[in-house]
Formats: sequence, structure tokens, C-alpha cells
Amino acid sequence: MTGMPALLSMHGVSKRYGKVQANAEIDLTVEAGSIHAVLGENGAGKSTLMKLIYGVETPDAGQIAWNGTPVVLNSPGEAQKLGIGMVFQHFSLFETLSVVQNVSLLVPGTRAELSARIRELGATFGLSVDPDAMVHTLSVGERQRVEIIRCLLLEPKLLILDEPTSVLPPQSVALLFETLRSLQAKGMAILFISHKLGEVRELCDTATILRAGRVTARVDPRDHDKSELARMMIGREIPKISADTTHRVAEDRLVLNHLSLPSQTRFGTTLHDISLSVKSGQIVGIAGISGNGQAELAAAISGEVPVADAGAITLMGKPAGRLSAGARRRLGFAFIPEERLGRGAVPRMSLADNTLLTAHGTGLVRRGFIRRAAERALTGRVIEEFDVRTAGPDVEAGNLSGGNLQKFMLGREIMLAPKVMLVAQPTWGVDIGAATAIRRRLLSMRDQGTAILVISEELEELFEICDLLHVLHAGHLSGPRDPHVTTAAQIGTLMTGASEGDAA
Amino acid sequence: MSIIAFLLAGTLAAALPLLLAALGEMVVEKTGLLNLGIEGMMAIGAAVAFILVFQTGSHSLGFAGGAVAGLVLSMVFAFLVITLKVNEVAAGLALSVLGLGLSALFGKSFESLTVSGLPRLGLPGLSQIPLVGPTLLTQDILVWLAIPFTVALGYVLTRTKPGLVIQAVGENASVARSIGYNVAAIRFAAVGFGGAMAGLGGAYASTVYTPLWADGMIAGRGWIALALVVFGTWKTGRIAFGALLFGVLSLGELMAQATGVNLPSQLLTSLPYVVTILMLVVISRRKGPLAA
Repeated sequence: MTGMPALLSMHGVSKRYGKVQANAEIDLTVEAGSIHAVLGENGAGKSTLMKLIYGVETPDAGQIAWNGTPVVLNSPGEAQKLGIGMVFQHFSLFETLSVVQNVSLLVPGTRAELSARIRELGATFGLSVDPDAMVHTLSVGERQRVEIIRCLLLEPKLLILDEPTSVLPPQSVALLFETLRSLQAKGMAILFISHKLGEVRELCDTATILRAGRVTARVDPRDHDKSELARMMIGREIPKISADTTHRVAEDRLVLNHLSLPSQTRFGTTLHDISLSVKSGQIVGIAGISGNGQAELAAAISGEVPVADAGAITLMGKPAGRLSAGARRRLGFAFIPEERLGRGAVPRMSLADNTLLTAHGTGLVRRGFIRRAAERALTGRVIEEFDVRTAGPDVEAGNLSGGNLQKFMLGREIMLAPKVMLVAQPTWGVDIGAATAIRRRLLSMRDQGTAILVISEELEELFEICDLLHVLHAGHLSGPRDPHVTTAAQIGTLMTGASEGDAA
Repeated sequence: MSIIAFLLAGTLAAALPLLLAALGEMVVEKTGLLNLGIEGMMAIGAAVAFILVFQTGSHSLGFAGGAVAGLVLSMVFAFLVITLKVNEVAAGLALSVLGLGLSALFGKSFESLTVSGLPRLGLPGLSQIPLVGPTLLTQDILVWLAIPFTVALGYVLTRTKPGLVIQAVGENASVARSIGYNVAAIRFAAVGFGGAMAGLGGAYASTVYTPLWADGMIAGRGWIALALVVFGTWKTGRIAFGALLFGVLSLGELMAQATGVNLPSQLLTSLPYVVTILMLVVISRRKGPLAA
């Protein structure tokens, strides 16, 4: 613009993994002081592009220049030295270490200094987190705060954020945007990867749109409305969710009856006297900010943590509080956890074997032997029906992008035709096309009579699909609310713990 | 010499080969690898050290040679497992077989020859104390060095940045790589450290503890070291405790054999191994005060 070279420029960059051309002749220019969006569907090549910029992977062809000087980035260490920081979507934290220990692996300084700076940044940017907490006790939202803080402590010139808002409550998103704008004002460039078109339009001054590994457009997102941006991204109109209100609500499938559960870990949340019911043909949503008991509630319902009072949880009318996770599944329960890798799927196992993990009761095992053909056939059906972008059933689960893995896990559970399903953060980190597909799936399952409980931090999503809404805050659950007569602001107030006059 | 005096004088030396090898392996395992080749690395270290001491009379040269021999052999493992991504169990077992074979080959013409041990040094002022002075407090130089070394290693691993990096690499190598650590280099270094420690342990066994060359003299200590690491739950203090226990028991077994206890000698010989592992299993199952 002023003859100054761009902070980062990429020209003709390509990267191929086996048969998949992940990036093809990408041109990308990021100016200092710009907030630049990278938009694209799952598998469009966003993550690959970020890995090339951050030195995790090296391009097969093309040039990368930093301040006009060609550079070859062979490792994240080299990228960090240039001043590139990255907040990952699959977090890059060590679970057995504390927050401050995680930070100290990247940022020089003594423990006391770093703890003070973590608290200070947390206070400034609304990213508060206990420096001495062990990471494995933190919620997804809290872990992201740690990631962002760790990056900011390195004072990067270019900050890459991969789906940063997907786990933040609305208030924190606003705070994060303030943070990012103040960083921008200091001259920092930000690469913002998000599927939330509204946020991109609000925050970013430039957007590079990827489809199938190629750049399809480079626009100022403020000049285009959401549906135009979405069309550039997915190459067609976004399918609308048809709101069917005629579905029949019948018997109780999942009932929580004054469920209380003391915290299992030092930093966990204790659940207090939680009651709700999910009927067949009903989607019930639980709103709230991560770390308010979501993980504990999911663990109690799924059977990961048994409850002393067997009657506190009934599944299909049977007391299930003391049943194991497997026994609950045999009653027709299915669970899609928030942590896709590690809890929802085994990263190093193939998709076929991951299918077997929950579908072993459906004839995939005969006399103790795995029927490989049937296992592969079922996996193939999941991949096809749920539009999982992958080379096939033999690909390791860990190689799938977040959204694709989510589609796979959802498909795997739906294939079991569950009677009750618990889904945590169903569209976390999933782009608009896939998210819409997932929500439509949930609605059609409901219409076929499945009882569905959704735990989500995305209010918009809950309002879109739920028949009833609860809010979880500090281990307490609010009474049910009808989303058709409740505003997002009212729910938001409950999410922050204000009592609003009726705790119901 | 009374039984007590015998045990006080000899336990540390009996424990040392095991301790050194186990501490080395602990560091390897903390980076997320498993090197099953300790037995082989100890054996090659023992053979090379014995030959050097026999030819030159210099124990320093023997220790250095033994450590280098273990290091060189461990680099074979590192190259196979880290660079070529070969299965680590297979590579480790192959290393044990290779090390034992090479030590037998090198040592063939030295069978049953002896070298002189190391002088034992009393702690100034303290070696006059009755009973413990001339026994427990009079040890050779390597024992004296090993004690502060063990404490320092425990401190480095639990309290310092390098220790944190090692733990991080072991917990999640791909995350460590993604935030900019050279995981391969860190693992190469750890495997090399483990190899040198095992080689040094072997060297001590063949040139100081029993300064006589006999094929197969490592006698499974490498495997016990491996068990020590696991049942010592990767904690320096517990591993040291396990090594000392093994030291006491193996001396006790020698005495029992000498005094003609009426038990089959095979049973007696196996006793230190069995009891050490049992004790560590018990310790590792509850949270004890031994953690370092």
C-alpha cells in the first residue's frame, strides 16, 4: 500500500498429502495491523495453510516471504523466532502440567513472574485462569484462554487463531474482540480462522476464502452479507433448517431426579440438585459457559462417573445411576463427548476400529472374532451418509479435522439408532455447512422419536434446535424455558449467574 | 567381619550398577520411549571397561570407555527407533542380544582374568566412627559421586526447565513438536544419556564390584533396572530405594550361600530379584513418602 512489503506474503503455495491436494497455488498477503479472516469448509485446506505458515509443515511448492524477505520455515521454533504465534484448535497443552508450567515451556521467565503476568493478562483481557491449576482439570473454554495467554506472552507480530470463539460465551467473545482490536492497534496482524460469518464481518478487514484447497475469493467481509460469504465458501446456497413443530412428544426417556454429585477433582464443579427430563421426540438444551459443571454432568449421565443414588438418573424408565457406561448404552443410550480425540475417538486407531468401539454389539463381532468386512461396511456407510471427508475407513481418527471427526462420531452413534442421545458441543469448531448438516440430523432424529440432550455453549444453535432450554451455572441447573418465548439476553443473564428473580 | 558390617560396607557398591542403569532408563522413559536394551548396553560397557582397565590399569579410562560403549550402542537404538521409526520393543530386544553377543566376543580372551578394584576412601573425620566409619562411610570414589548425582538428577527432573521439557515430550510428543521443541533431538539426547549410564553401570560391575571377567556377568541386572524404573514409578527416590534393596538382598544371598543355608542355590540366587520387585510393586500401589 505504501511501498512497505507486507508482513506475510505467500505466493503459489501448494501442499499435497498422498492423494489429497490440501493446498493448491495459494496466494495470501497479510498486512501489519490487519485482522485477516481465512474462511473455508472442513477440508478446504485452512488447517494445512496455517501449518505451513507456522512451520509445522513445509510446502511442496511456492514461496513464503516475511517482511518481503523469502523465508523457509522448517519448524514452529523458526516461525516463533520471526514473531508468529498460533492458538491451535486442538489445543497444544500438556495435561499433566499446570498452567504456568505449560506457559514456561514456551515463554522465558521464573514461575513467579509468569504467574503474575498470566494473572495480569487475564485481568486485562478477560481471560482469567488460575496459573497453578492443572490443565487436565480445565474445561475447553479455560484451556483456550491458556493457549491465547501463552501466545500473547510471546508478543508475536502475527497471531494465528484457529476457531478461537467457538468455545467462548458471548460476553467473552466481545472481550476477545476488544483484545484483538487493541492488539491490532499496536500493529499486530491477526489471522482469524472462523466459520462464524457474523464474527468475521464484525472483526475482520480482509477475508481470504478457500474452497477445496484453492483461494476462491479475497474480499472485504464488511462489504458482503452472510449469505454471500457463505456462498463463496461452500459454492452453493446454505441449506435452511426446516423448523418442524409437529413432532410428537411422548414418554420420558432420560430423567434426572435431584442429581447431586460431589466434584471428582480438585478443580471440578460439584453438581447440586439437578432435575430435568428429556422425552422422546424432544431436544432439550443446556446452555452455559464451560467449567460450570458441563463435564461433570456429561460424565454422570454417560456413566463415566457412577452416582450413589441409582434413582437420580433414569434411562428408559429404569434407575441407571449405578449402571456402567456399557450397561447404559445397552439400554439405548448414546453419547458424543466434547473431547473428540481421546474420549470420543481413539486418535491412533482407524475409523473402522473406532466404529467398532461403540458398535460392537450390532453384529460386528462373532464368537469373539471381529468381522472386518462388516466393520468396514458400516464405517463406509457412516463416511458416505454423513459426508465425512476422508480417504476411507483405514484412516486414523487423529488425522481428521475437527468438523469431519465430529460428523464421523455423530454418524457412528446415529447408526446405532439410540433411544436417548447426549451430545456435548455438537458443532464446536465445525464450519457452517457441516454445522447445518449436523443440526438437521439432530432434528430429523428427534422427529423420528429420539430423545436428545444437547450441551452447548453456542446460544444461537440452542435456540435453533431446542424445544426446551436449561442453563447450567456453578453446578446449578435452571428450570426449563421455552426458547420461543425466551430471549438470548435472558439466557445470557442466567449463564453469568444473575438470579433474574426466579431460579425455578 | 560381622554380618552387619559386611552389609554396611557392600550394599552401596552392590546397588550401584543397577542404580546407574535405572536412572538412565528413567530419563529415556520420561521422554516417552522404552529402551529394552539395557542388559546389552551394560554388558558391552562391562566388557570394554574391563579390557581397558586390564590393558592400561586406569579405572578412569575404564569408566569412560564403558560409558562411551553404552552410548554408542544406544545410538543404534535411537537411530532405529527415532529416525527410522522401527518398533521400539523389537529394537530394544535386538540391542540386548547384540550387546551380550559383542561383550562375549570382546571378552573371550579375558575370561577369568582379574583387575585390581578401586581404593576405598573414608569420609574425612567420620571414618573413625565405630562400625559405620570403616564400613558405610568408607566407599570408592564412584559411590561417593553417585550419591550427589542421584539427588541432582532428581532435582533437575522435577524442579527445572529441562526436566519440564522432558516430561512434556513424554506426555505428548506431537504437541511438544507443535510448540517448537525438537523432539527427535531431545529423545536422542535422552537415549544417549541412558546408554552412557548403563555402560557406566556395567563398567563398575566388571572393574570394581567384581573385578573379574566372566561371560554373562551382568546376569540380568539390566532387566531388573527396567523393572526398577517401572515399579519405582519414574521417581528418583523410589528407584534408588529399589536399587539399595537389591544390593542388600544380593549380599545377603552371597552370605547365605557361604554359610550353607539349606536352600537350593537357584532359589537363593533368584531371591533378590523377586523380593525387590515385590517390594516395589507394594510401594508403587500406595502413595508413600519415598517420592523424590
